[in-house]
Amino acid sequence: MSTNVATATEATNDLPPETGAGVIGVHRVTKRFPGVVAVDDVSLTIHAGEVHVLLGENGAGKSTLVGILAGLQEPDEGHLTVDGNRTRLSSPSASLNAGISTVFQHSMLVPTLTVLENLTLGAPWYERPPRARIEARMAELKREFSLSLPLDAVTGDLSLGQQQQIEIARALLRDSKVLILDEATSMLTPQGAQELGARMQKLVKGGLGVIFITHKLAEAYQFGDRISVLKQGALAGEMGPEQLKSMTEKQAVDEIVRLMFGREDGATSTEHRQSTARAETLLRIEQLATEGDTDVVGLENVSLSLKAGEILGVAGIDGNGQKQLAEAVAGQRAVSTGRVEFDGVDITRATVAQRRELGLRYLTDDRLEEGSVGAFPVSENTVLKDVGRAPFWVKGIERPTRIAEHARDLIARFSVYTPSETTPIGRLSGGNIQKVLLGRELSGEARAVVFNKPTYGLDLQNIDASRERISEIAAQGMGVVLISTDLDELMALSDRIAVIEGGRIRGVVDNNGGGEALRLRIGRMMAGAEEHTETME
Amino acid sequence: MVDDATPAAENPDAEAARAAPMAWRGSLRRFVTLTAGPIVAAFLLSAVILFLVGVNPWTYYGYILERSLFSGLGLEQTATRMAPLLFLCASLIVAFRAGIWNLGTDGQFLLGAVVAAATAPLLVGTLPGWGVLLAGFAVALVAGALWSIVPALLKAYQGVNEIITTLMMSFLGVLLASTLVKLAFRDPATTVPQTRTLPVDDRLPRLFDTSISSGLIWGLIAVLAVHLMMTRTAFGMKLRMVGANPSAASHAGLSVPLLTMATFALSAGFAGLSGASEILGVAGNVRADWNPAYGLMVIPLVFLARFHGVGSIVLVFFYSALLIGSESAARRLGVPQDFTLVLVASLLICLGLGEYIDYRKQKQER
Repeated sequence: MSTNVATATEATNDLPPETGAGVIGVHRVTKRFPGVVAVDDVSLTIHAGEVHVLLGENGAGKSTLVGILAGLQEPDEGHLTVDGNRTRLSSPSASLNAGISTVFQHSMLVPTLTVLENLTLGAPWYERPPRARIEARMAELKREFSLSLPLDAVTGDLSLGQQQQIEIARALLRDSKVLILDEATSMLTPQGAQELGARMQKLVKGGLGVIFITHKLAEAYQFGDRISVLKQGALAGEMGPEQLKSMTEKQAVDEIVRLMFGREDGATSTEHRQSTARAETLLRIEQLATEGDTDVVGLENVSLSLKAGEILGVAGIDGNGQKQLAEAVAGQRAVSTGRVEFDGVDITRATVAQRRELGLRYLTDDRLEEGSVGAFPVSENTVLKDVGRAPFWVKGIERPTRIAEHARDLIARFSVYTPSETTPIGRLSGGNIQKVLLGRELSGEARAVVFNKPTYGLDLQNIDASRERISEIAAQGMGVVLISTDLDELMALSDRIAVIEGGRIRGVVDNNGGGEALRLRIGRMMAGAEEHTETME
Repeated sequence: MVDDATPAAENPDAEAARAAPMAWRGSLRRFVTLTAGPIVAAFLLSAVILFLVGVNPWTYYGYILERSLFSGLGLEQTATRMAPLLFLCASLIVAFRAGIWNLGTDGQFLLGAVVAAATAPLLVGTLPGWGVLLAGFAVALVAGALWSIVPALLKAYQGVNEIITTLMMSFLGVLLASTLVKLAFRDPATTVPQTRTLPVDDRLPRLFDTSISSGLIWGLIAVLAVHLMMTRTAFGMKLRMVGANPSAASHAGLSVPLLTMATFALSAGFAGLSGASEILGVAGNVRADWNPAYGLMVIPLVFLARFHGVGSIVLVFFYSALLIGSESAARRLGVPQDFTLVLVASLLICLGLGEYIDYRKQKQER
């Protein structure tokens, strides 16, 4: 699968034994986690003197691939080569010794130590920090790559951009051959990102290979010499240097959008669910806004409406405000302005419990951290949102037999595979935990359900079952808000699709089975590449 | 945890027939690795240490047993000693099950003791006997709870680690208690700084014809009530949920800060009650330098019982026996009383090892 572009001649420092092998070769690597194939038969070649962009959504397998190259994980199948020789990177130090330095998304520096101390971490314990040598090298780095670092400053006092420079400097001091930058621009200001881009170009001119991981399309084009797109763990496509140079930014972004969001061969059926929408409006969100901060996107001016029996899809790249939208609707997140109305009742200030009572349910995407209490048995997890309420509690006293009965019933109805209802839920697979949570949200008088990435991380069989369940729910007359990063899923199930980007709704489109054109239109809105407004309904 | 050492059975019937005893054998093995084995090992380890310092372990252990359990007076002392420890168990079970590591029970205990000792003697004569005791317990509860308010607010609204704040408040509380005795509540009739003494007749009534304080009964009730509250009620479920997974609790619509505050108030309140039970039941007054440090002593017991009420009661019983016995043994055999701590420490180490062995075994079986 890897390209045979004849750029191998660029590698001046050593002769690659295999043609086009590059500095690092990833050969048909597969990595599985329980219930998920994180990386699926991926082959890549990293060349010296190139910025190689790995592009993909969250969960596309980028982080796992980085973990494999950094020696944190080993592939289940396939192998790696360094300078054409087959190599095992069984630990982070093996990876460093092979000349691979990784700058992780979150800083791996000790905030209380000085810059110099951080730079010398990992050196043999019996050596004094070679201050003079490092100073000389830093002066060099400053000239070549405009990395300027105060060696005696305490690391924690520096800005995130400077901290990232320390990590890059550390990689350079180690004479690395390949530098991996994992989501390196996510913490930087736009200006900081531009500087990083320029610095990467300088680094590769010096003969280094850079792997730059991002999910921002514009960055990929601007900074990258070569782009590989990952989609659901598999390599969706590659664009080599010649191809990229021949394209304008718009063409390149279009092509990337096609690779990222386009229909893959042999994917699930194209048939599009028959609409079961009814006349009455169940949920109305008007000009909703929430506070954001450096980590969390705030919502801005979000207006949406949902009819009974309708599935409203919410498309978007992960982290663009989907979770905040779901939480604001569920009552878990404070709303700064705007209004939420459920069945004609203003619920903007209602509590989580009151909304649940009204029939508004929220199935979180965070099954383990938020949706369930891993140490508690399945039975208690089925009633976590009904603590203190009849019939499971009478006057505050628990009725264990009723809870157990309810749990067994739920286990049977939602085909949860578990040894018994007393098993701690943390021992079940993701798919089975998801079924328990779904059962919990649908029990009682559910009227509208917000699904946040309901099939994320599940295996194929569970994905199909979940999708079927969502269709059934809508057919029964419940309203469904389906938040998903999987465009195929949204196009198969939704009546309408709203696209969220940067906390704003970029547009709402009718899902009329418009096929490829519609898909690409949505993809562009998701990338924020096109501001698209369409009047609702 | 079914043992999978035996090869697959020829027919399913035979397998089913074998499964039951095998499951039984598995749980027996776990009991041995997790409970019985470590206890035996700890006594052996301590015996070695005793032997090395020149004391016959048999004599020492025998003496402890005889003085604390097999003599009438010893047994009564053991039972009386249990009362404050049980209240502290109640305090810690609430906190630990709700995921709050309240390590400040010593300060809360002493402040409860001091305010109870300051209040109760003054009320004798104005209130009926039960009223004096009730008032003493009530002010102790409030004093304990109030002393936890700073760590509680910091934890609930700022996420400040309560292990550090409760410990620091505990040091302050111990010193404040001593200062209060010296400056505010000092009995002018005595030369040593101590509070006024509650007359023996006005203390908690004794059980039947023994010297056992009825504080024991209240302590038992407290532990059982807390156990039932945490395991059987909606409120307890909410507290446990906050303890096990705070984000799941807020997802389910619970107010994590308020429940955290409630946990602190309950836990510290019980610690205050513990102090009052010791004063109103046994001591009658507080000397300025008095600090039995029961709070930190009880923590390992509650852990060993895995936060279970009945388990805690059993362990508190044995621990009290050990305390009473070793007090006598210190006098008779010259082994310092602190040797109890050596015994408890070896027990903790052995239980930790047992836990580790069990974990390794289970991992192997999977």
